[in-house]
Amino acid sequence: MNGLTITINFFYIISAVLFIFGLKMLSSPATARKGNLISALGMLLAIVVTLLNSGLDYKWIVLGMVIGSIIGLFAAYKVQMTSMPEMVALFNGFGGIASMLLAWSEFHQHPEISVFIAVVTFLSALIGGVTFSGSMVAFGKLSEIIPGKAVVFKGQHLVNGAILLAALAGGTIFAMNPAEYYSAFILIIIVALLFGVTSVIPIGGADMPVVISLLNSYSGIAACAAGFVIHNNILIVAGALVGASGIILTKIMCKAMNRSLANVLFSGFGSTVATQAAGSGPQGEVKPATAEDVYYILEAADTVAIVPGYGLAVAQAQHVVRELGDLLEENGTEVMYAIHPVAGRMPGHMNVLLAEANVSYDQLIEMDDINPKMDTVDVCVVIGANDVVNPAALDDESSPIYGMPIIETHRAKTVIVLKRSMNPGFAGIQNALFFSPNARMYFGDAKASIQNLVGEFKSSD
Amino acid sequence: MEAIFLAFVFVLAIFLGFELISKVPSTLHTPLMSGSNAISGITLIGSITSVKFDNLTLAIILGTLAVTLATINVVGGYAVTNRMLEMFKKKDEGGSK
Repeated sequence: MNGLTITINFFYIISAVLFIFGLKMLSSPATARKGNLISALGMLLAIVVTLLNSGLDYKWIVLGMVIGSIIGLFAAYKVQMTSMPEMVALFNGFGGIASMLLAWSEFHQHPEISVFIAVVTFLSALIGGVTFSGSMVAFGKLSEIIPGKAVVFKGQHLVNGAILLAALAGGTIFAMNPAEYYSAFILIIIVALLFGVTSVIPIGGADMPVVISLLNSYSGIAACAAGFVIHNNILIVAGALVGASGIILTKIMCKAMNRSLANVLFSGFGSTVATQAAGSGPQGEVKPATAEDVYYILEAADTVAIVPGYGLAVAQAQHVVRELGDLLEENGTEVMYAIHPVAGRMPGHMNVLLAEANVSYDQLIEMDDINPKMDTVDVCVVIGANDVVNPAALDDESSPIYGMPIIETHRAKTVIVLKRSMNPGFAGIQNALFFSPNARMYFGDAKASIQNLVGEFKSSD
Repeated sequence: MEAIFLAFVFVLAIFLGFELISKVPSTLHTPLMSGSNAISGITLIGSITSVKFDNLTLAIILGTLAVTLATINVVGGYAVTNRMLEMFKKKDEGGSK
């Protein structure tokens, strides 16, 4: 190791420390923004010292970085907060394919490599390729360019198994004698891209939070593998951090949806479960309420918990909900927002949408914190959420969502459910909450309904 | 021997990652994901070192493409995370009136 390499690696250690502190500061909303900037500083430092390497062809590097920065900044400032899952999927895919291209470029330049390097080159290309095409499919599904429904066909597992086997066979041949089998490497790339498509296409739109988390993890692992290819510590450390974070988020999402990872990946939810015959399930009388009824209930309440689901975001009702919340607070009511971990289309998505509407973050309450207090809540207002408040998850063993953690709104004194109609939700399961004695149904478009309530409050002043 | 050393670093980093991320509240999961996504653009560092003067044409093309795409990941990822985190405010910080 010469002096320059040692200096560069020394700065890489500082970068790694900055990444770690940055992630650590993300654990509180008060410090999160600074944490992200510290992490960005670590990245900047790593880039600058890397440019000190000798023999680099700067014109191409600068060209790539300028184009990439322009596209990245443009996309980051243009994107709507509701489209955040698509954006993350897209960026993620780019990171994945960059690792694949890096491995390819290295191999093309130095085809005479040891078995170990050949194996990590193979892994980098495989995981990077799957990350890219998988992310593109997820992006397509989320932005509804391609149908969000689970696309399943007969023998799908066999096809996926065969593809994976082909990748491993290609990898083995390649690792034995990389210089001889350039074609095997190309085959690996093609198979990896194919596998990303065939493995994500059968997963339904509702399961996308899990898929994005998992792909996020893959992109980290791909960067890690690339780090082994070029013997670079910072790639390995940063890649491993991201890989671990993606796996944890995936686990949290699976737990919140009460499904195993294998079940999400292989079962094509939404295509198979929604078979409960019409007319079965909980029945009873629903009690509709008018805007005026709801106004009197809310007006008299001391504590109100608003439970938003993705329907709220679809109706673009975040801002008017916050307005209602403010009016309630002026009226002396304590207002909380109870948020289920899978509300929205990616982990924590609903919190971002409410933060965008200027809801203070100390009013955003997690499921595990609100449930113990639920008996003391006067009114729960459920907006555009269904399955995450379905008590069948607690007591009906025959229900497909049995065991899923829910926000236990049925234990509040009164529940007001805003809903367009009595149609069942995403999973196609009827909700016993609507027939519960303490529930009132307030039918209509979420945004218009809340605007009416805001109107009631204003006209009474 | 170097492979073992690198694997050592890898394993320790995985455990560190688990420790760090488990402490992040679900309120911040979206920024966490986009922020960690930006970190996964670290592959940019590798891509930069792969674009060398004496490289073959294809290696240059692949390397430049990798630099471009990884830069989108890094710059876009940090920028969008910052934009999101800017919105997380407390009332007394002048968030909502």
